[in-house]
Amino acid sequence: MKSLIFRTASIYLLPLLLLFSIFILLRGHYLPGGGFVGGLMAGVAFLIHSFAFGLKETRNIIKINPGFLMPIGLTICVLAALAPWIVSLPLMTGLWFEEPFKFVGMVGSALFFDIGVYLVVVGSTLIIMFTIADTV
Amino acid sequence: MSNPYIILPIVFHMAAAVILMFCWFQPRVQKLLSILFSLIGLGISVWLFRLVWHEGFQVTQAGNWDAPFGISFIADTLGSTLGLLSSISLLAVSIFSTVSMREERIKFGYFPTLHFLIMGLQGAFLTADIFNLYVWFEVVIISSFVLLTLGGKKTQLEGALKYVSLNLLASTFFLIGIALVYGLTGSLNLADVAIKIGAVENRGLVNMTAGLFLVAFGIKSALFPMYFWLPASYHTPPAAISAIFAGLLTKVGVYAMVRMFTMVFIGDTFMSITLSGLAALTIISGGLGAIRQQHLGKIFGYLIICHIGFLFAGLGIFTELALVGTIFYLIHDIVVKTNLFIVAGLMNKLTGSPFIKEQGGLYAKYPLLSLLFAIPLFSLVGIPPLSGFWAKVYLIQASFETREFLLVGSIIFGSFLTLWVIAKVWSESFWKDKPEASSSGKPWSTFSTKEKWGILVPIMFLSIVSLYIGLAAENIISLASRIAAELMDPSAYINSILGMK
Repeated sequence: MKSLIFRTASIYLLPLLLLFSIFILLRGHYLPGGGFVGGLMAGVAFLIHSFAFGLKETRNIIKINPGFLMPIGLTICVLAALAPWIVSLPLMTGLWFEEPFKFVGMVGSALFFDIGVYLVVVGSTLIIMFTIADTV
Repeated sequence: MSNPYIILPIVFHMAAAVILMFCWFQPRVQKLLSILFSLIGLGISVWLFRLVWHEGFQVTQAGNWDAPFGISFIADTLGSTLGLLSSISLLAVSIFSTVSMREERIKFGYFPTLHFLIMGLQGAFLTADIFNLYVWFEVVIISSFVLLTLGGKKTQLEGALKYVSLNLLASTFFLIGIALVYGLTGSLNLADVAIKIGAVENRGLVNMTAGLFLVAFGIKSALFPMYFWLPASYHTPPAAISAIFAGLLTKVGVYAMVRMFTMVFIGDTFMSITLSGLAALTIISGGLGAIRQQHLGKIFGYLIICHIGFLFAGLGIFTELALVGTIFYLIHDIVVKTNLFIVAGLMNKLTGSPFIKEQGGLYAKYPLLSLLFAIPLFSLVGIPPLSGFWAKVYLIQASFETREFLLVGSIIFGSFLTLWVIAKVWSESFWKDKPEASSSGKPWSTFSTKEKWGILVPIMFLSIVSLYIGLAAENIISLASRIAAELMDPSAYINSILGMK
């Protein structure tokens, strides 16, 4: 799209939306939100950017092939799920730090699982988006 | 006994798929890694099976939430045996895929999806939670949909559409059934449901729920009259994919059926009569369907349906002896059907046509190969002492004991039809001279050494396994008897999940 307003706005929207998606990801354990919604939101952020500047430009910002975000995310998920094995507890038991961290809040294995989901969702939305945009 | 590591088969195949995804653009690396992972997967399954065999049931509660509130995983003898068999099939198919799968398909993520499929199967065999079972079924369906459409030929998409629409319908029924079970008992843990469902006063609703599960698993395992998707879709993908589908996909439906109908919905006469009737009709319609087909893949597809009937017959009779027959047949069928579709793929390649009319002369040209092919073909018929024979003996004996002569008749008729079909395939493709006009195919001598081994090793491996099942039948019978005893008396299963002594 050639609109100047949209282009200028989208430059500011991209970081804002990405920050918001991370916020949604972090609050997700006990409140509405989480990795899936956060990931979708990050995908939308890139989608808006690609509307304004074209696909090539968006690919340049993302740098890595979004196809690899999925296995990276899944690896994090698997590791987070298996972490309790170290202390010989069953799979997916929640392990938490005692004290909340600054800005982030409570950190535990569930958070890492959510981060994995986030990456998988970002990766798959970007792939879907890029392939559709390629063929249209 | 509590053991947090029993979900290793599930986690391992997920990790394998993830690592294969990292090598997305390197088909050669993927091939090597897939064989390696299948070997390790087989090792893990053997470990789990031996553990269960020697030390009894192994349980873990995911997330450390106590049963019946969390999701329990249990490795019992049935689950670990089927897990082992699916690892065996995976190893054969993944070796076969390295030479038979075209590079484009591998670049679309064939190997990761294959491992995701096996992950779903292992999950379904190990979970003790009805909703979790549904989730694993979805994992299996989505992966199988991807595998079925990889390459995107027109016939493939047509087959896949029928496959997916009917399977989604089955999932819907399954989900409604789960909702009703939850409404009736307030629990989804199999052990907990098995205890509480007996106390439900509204037996009509329980039976209706059983009916919903019957339809759901019936569609998934291709039971009469819900089998039409199977012959329409199984012959469309490449041989390696058909092989893993034929060996495992319908069997996971049978597994779920056996689980639900030996633990939750038991003791209802109407349901067992329905099951027996459907089993008889499945055997007959599958067998008759196979007779009139010319396409090799479709013939074997109808034979799958026919033999699903045998599996359900044992469930319909529901005595310990009948379940021994069903379990034995299940063990035999997974190995033989996988082998059969690999063999069918090779026969197509050698003769250049999937239609048996246009095939021929295989025995004259390749006598040794033909003898190798004879092992899965005749195991399927159940010529003694090959593996299909023993299971049928048990099924027939059990149906005589309970005076279900309809089933006796249909099992014998079904075996006869299978014999007829295999004899027809044998005489058309192996004994008959090759018709002049038909396409020539690719002679065996033009295959490279690597291709030869990649095809022969899986066929020989599966043939050895099925010969073992037939010739060392006493081991398999003692295994099947133990599983049947556990199924008839699920108290050990229930107690170990709920942590009662």
